[in-house]
Amino acid sequence: MKYLDEYRDPALAHRILDKIAEACGERSELAAIMEVCGTHTMSIARAGLRSLLGENLRLLSGPGCPVCVTPNDYLDRAIAIARQRDAIIATFGDMMKVPGSSSSLYQERGNGARIEMVYSPLDALKIAEQNPLNKVIFLGVGFETTAPTVAATLAKARADGVKNFFVLCGHKIVPPALFALVNDPELKLDGFLCPGHVSAIIGSRPYEFIARDYGLPCVIAGFEPLDILQGIWMILRQIIEKRGASVEIQYSRAVAAEGNPKAAAFMEKVFEPVDSIWRGLGKIPASGLAIKEEFGDWDAARVIQADVGETREPAGCICGMILRGVRLPMDCPLFRKTCTPENPVGACMVSSEGTCAAYYKYGNG
Amino acid sequence: MGITEKIAGEKITLAHGSGGIQMHNLIRSLFQKRFRNEWLDQMSDSAVIGNPVGDGDALCFTTDSYVVSPLFFPGGDIGKLAVCGTVNDLAVEGATPLFLSCGFIVEEGCEILVLEKVADSMADAARAAGVKIVAGDFKVVEKGKADSIFINTSGIGRRSRSRCFGREHIRAGDKVLINGFIGEHGAAVMAARGNFDLQSDIKSDCAPLNGIISDMLAVSEGIRFMRDPTRGGIATTLNEIAEGANFGITLDEAALPLRDDVKAACEILGFDPLYLANEGKVIAIVSAEDSSCVLDAMRSHTLGRESRIIGEVTASHAGRVVMKTLLGAHRIIDMLSGEQLPRIC
Repeated sequence: MKYLDEYRDPALAHRILDKIAEACGERSELAAIMEVCGTHTMSIARAGLRSLLGENLRLLSGPGCPVCVTPNDYLDRAIAIARQRDAIIATFGDMMKVPGSSSSLYQERGNGARIEMVYSPLDALKIAEQNPLNKVIFLGVGFETTAPTVAATLAKARADGVKNFFVLCGHKIVPPALFALVNDPELKLDGFLCPGHVSAIIGSRPYEFIARDYGLPCVIAGFEPLDILQGIWMILRQIIEKRGASVEIQYSRAVAAEGNPKAAAFMEKVFEPVDSIWRGLGKIPASGLAIKEEFGDWDAARVIQADVGETREPAGCICGMILRGVRLPMDCPLFRKTCTPENPVGACMVSSEGTCAAYYKYGNG
Repeated sequence: MGITEKIAGEKITLAHGSGGIQMHNLIRSLFQKRFRNEWLDQMSDSAVIGNPVGDGDALCFTTDSYVVSPLFFPGGDIGKLAVCGTVNDLAVEGATPLFLSCGFIVEEGCEILVLEKVADSMADAARAAGVKIVAGDFKVVEKGKADSIFINTSGIGRRSRSRCFGREHIRAGDKVLINGFIGEHGAAVMAARGNFDLQSDIKSDCAPLNGIISDMLAVSEGIRFMRDPTRGGIATTLNEIAEGANFGITLDEAALPLRDDVKAACEILGFDPLYLANEGKVIAIVSAEDSSCVLDAMRSHTLGRESRIIGEVTASHAGRVVMKTLLGAHRIIDMLSGEQLPRIC
């Protein structure tokens, strides 16, 4: 298939793998690279890259699965709203099975709640227009990749005067989380494989502090196996050549250094930064997005009262440490035992981009 | 742990009907446990009932219900599916399908013209498959109590006494064959739902397999086992074959027959074609020495032009399905978990 098969070419992949092996051979110590993004995690597992990379290179999965880092209290609020008689929840499918404190949206649907899976927030707006007597609440979860389309949908809802459409905003932005990670004393990293789609929006500049202040190479990579391998090779080259860390763009067919200013402007129009809680990382300053006052009439958190019970975290689950890259799924006593994709305990197992789901599904553990 | 030992108040979810792990657990722990007998315990697509007719051949019996939404999709409709699906469940047991029954549950308000189109298509499919529809039932429920038309078909077939199939005949070194492109039915129904704004020419592969299977059986005694990979796709079917066995299965990603448009739809929507439903595909496990003559027989049939050997039975990784990826790495292929897409058949 055009523009896909080229990035999966086995012969080319093995040429890059040879270079990576050669580069790793020149260093005595192990190199640890974090792939920040969940789509990278999944792609690495799906192509089986870990087993091809050899012993000297360790790929750690970061907090880049939006569903996984969404805290329980967000889910509990979504579930509480779902139970209201006139509510229709519209959500990306990934959120369905994530366990909240005592239930999941999937279970609530079995109990009669109206929950629609959509592929775009604009579809949720359409549902609102088709059901004028109901409140339609879109679950706004995701990073800079999804936030602009949600912003555009909110702008459209306001322009069209749709009064029964709301967004429960749980959006987060990536650079502040990376700031928290590079300051985590437990985590020893040699470089970052930075997310491709997030960077298509924000460009390469927000990562520059990592290279400048912390001396860690950053490469923005695409999602096909060859993209990832080339990205890893570029990081290793920076380490070996000792020419000073920098931010490089491997995924140049989608990412420009300045990002996508139009999308960024939409985000700025609708959202403002707030402190936000990340599962596993805790509260990170200015790492979340809240809906601005002028769009307040469409903000579910302001408009819709919900009786949210006490928020509890699952006992024994180490999702938090996995999301910070300091533990692997196999280190968790629940992994593959009580925590499986059919009965997920923690969010890393339920999301298709979660680290535990990737390790479970593709047998890395 | 069986479903009945789970917490009171637990409810049926769509995942229980998806053909994956949850459905298997439910069937085993809720139904099989209560209905237990030697024929049900075969747990195959059709029960092989031995010799009640007295002429030495075995009788095969199966049933299936159809709730696909939408009723009409490119390449087929619920009527064609209801005939082909049951015919195929008999055919993969090596039986010649003979008779079908059909039961309709129709929602008040369904247009008679629609019902007529569905019946026409059932008649066509039955003719094509060489089976007779000999019994039926028709029920109407109040509006909202069903979705338009649900159909159940049961089927009886005859299997020559000289043939026997079963997982117990599978050996390391056997080859895994399939008669063409994977995932077309799932992708076609998905596109026909219209909620993705996806324009495509993908057609369901819905077809009766008894013709091609009888051609395969005519050239080889080395066919060990067959299955039609419907809900849950080839990943789930291969896992059912390998589960608990003393052999494993290795799939070769490079050999998988996959149409570009199905691949593109999967890339866009985040589906994995290994888990998409098929309605006109048979997976056959064949001895290595017979694999090429069976492959030739498959390719000579109109439903098998794109037949391939997609994998091999191995002595290693017993009980598991492993895929050799394009890059030469290996990864585990699991059964479908959760629902990929409800009401696919």
